[in-house]
Amino acid sequence: MGKAFSKPQALSDTMTHYCPGCTHGIVHRLVAEVIDELGIRGKTVGIAPVGCAVLAYNYFNFDFQEAAHGRAPAMATGIKRVRPDLMVFTYQGDGDLASIGLAEIIHAANRGEKFTTIFINNAIYGMTGGQMAPTTMPGQRASTAPMGRDTDLTGMPIRMANLLSQLVTPSYITRQAVLKPQQVNKTKKAIKKAFEYQVEGKCFSLVEVISTCPTNWGLTPLDSLKWAEETLLPYYELGDYKIPE
Amino acid sequence: MAKVLMKGNEAIAEAAIRAGCLNYFAYPITPQSEVAEYLVKRLPEEGGVFLQGESEVAVGYMIFGAAGAGERVMTTSSSPGISLMSEAISYIAAAQCPAVFVNIVRGGPGLGGILPSQGDYFQATKGGGHGDYHLLVAPDGVQEAVEMTMQAFTLAEKYRGPVMILGDGLIGQMMEPVEFPDNLKTEPSNKDDWATNGMDTRKSKKRNLVKSLFLDPTELNNNNLALKAKYDQMKREEIQFEAYNTDGDYKVLITSFGTMSRVCRTAIDLLKEEGIEVAMLRPKTVFPFPEQAVFDAATKKSCKSVISIEMNMGQMVEDVERCVKGQRPVEFYGECGGDIPSPEKIIEIIKKMI
Repeated sequence: MGKAFSKPQALSDTMTHYCPGCTHGIVHRLVAEVIDELGIRGKTVGIAPVGCAVLAYNYFNFDFQEAAHGRAPAMATGIKRVRPDLMVFTYQGDGDLASIGLAEIIHAANRGEKFTTIFINNAIYGMTGGQMAPTTMPGQRASTAPMGRDTDLTGMPIRMANLLSQLVTPSYITRQAVLKPQQVNKTKKAIKKAFEYQVEGKCFSLVEVISTCPTNWGLTPLDSLKWAEETLLPYYELGDYKIPE
Repeated sequence: MAKVLMKGNEAIAEAAIRAGCLNYFAYPITPQSEVAEYLVKRLPEEGGVFLQGESEVAVGYMIFGAAGAGERVMTTSSSPGISLMSEAISYIAAAQCPAVFVNIVRGGPGLGGILPSQGDYFQATKGGGHGDYHLLVAPDGVQEAVEMTMQAFTLAEKYRGPVMILGDGLIGQMMEPVEFPDNLKTEPSNKDDWATNGMDTRKSKKRNLVKSLFLDPTELNNNNLALKAKYDQMKREEIQFEAYNTDGDYKVLITSFGTMSRVCRTAIDLLKEEGIEVAMLRPKTVFPFPEQAVFDAATKKSCKSVISIEMNMGQMVEDVERCVKGQRPVEFYGECGGDIPSPEKIIEIIKKMI
């Protein structure tokens, strides 16, 4: 009998720095599996953000560039425009993509840049230690919102998939989650579809993934999954928001 | 090749293409938008890439991405835009990627004005962004702008780092006859050791990383030592300057660069007719700075004093003072706001000095 389960070639053997119960590891694996399945590892360039995934290049096994905070879509644009044959993706968190990098992601999507964005939404800044993000829920505590997010002062959380789907330029915009095995399977399908669109040279793709941050939420990994299911999913509804014509 | 009459901005654009740069990203800003307007027509003819980004911040990273992937790439901007790009320039220097930035300097600080200025000398020569790095910077006229733009790509690839052409609004806007030298075309360099140009295409089949984060203190120190070694090599190999009327027994040495030096040259010629000998030392590279040449010219026996004349409130003069090491008094005259000091004004000042 052959091997039934093995590590994707696109992943390295390095132990990750992610906290116990963090879902970055799941999404890394899904991206790596898709890259293996499409046979594109030798022409893929990943862009690491600033945030917890800044060291993502230690865990993937192909070319990588590291961006400044929020600028990954601009770097991806630079690479993809001068080398359309390379497969380029950005891997960004919510502080990176929805706060400091908002202009870059909107314009890259609006230009229809033919790269892929994996957007990890865990409603908090992870790497810097639990500060409020644009995606933090009303009343959710953060180190810069110790009494909970006050929406009178800071507005409502930004729903990036909804926002980007309003652009007229054709694109693939979807929101998925990795809180349950069925969701993980769906997320993988979405990531694969996003990369397939890039292989075809069809459109910009963004896969938003509702994730957990037990450390900064102050919850156990299991309670984090429950909290995300009960608090995040009703506001951040899952599904495809835009599919290219 | 025959001479053609061209506006400085367009000449710089054409020079980039002749040097083999077919990738250009930029954001509009006066007084250099003609570069983009020229290249949007010319690059498609050459099969190149033109993209107007959403901001100078984003453009800086489009340049970083393209350079990281091993492609020859350029942007042009003017002072406020260069301030925004300074973030990316710091990252590009740290990650050691070749890229060419042209700054057609306008008046500042803030929005300042759109007329020529040399107010960005500090920013260009001392880094501009965060961290310990330098740009190789070259100032220039239209013919020199063409030659320096073409050389900039060779230098960027030799040192794997950002190179800046420090022009000013006058050089960008004026028309002069120019010639495009055939011998300055930059040969393609091998980027397989470091660029993210596709693992499959490389013999080694090893993956490459383009990054600027070094959390380990020893690694970060080592990266800074590697950068410093490059800057030291530039100081040994890349200094360019012009010595004007330095053969005679001059009493005053002028230091100036770029557009300002053209006016100083006129003043020196007029003073010579009156029997007054004045010399000029003009750095063509402002980083690396011609330290020894400035010291030698300033300390010539006949020379009693030095004056730095600039289109700013006194920036390069600090480097001149550093190089003269207190051996001669160093004075300064500058105007900014867009008016350029006239030859008559310079003659008046020099006469007061002697």
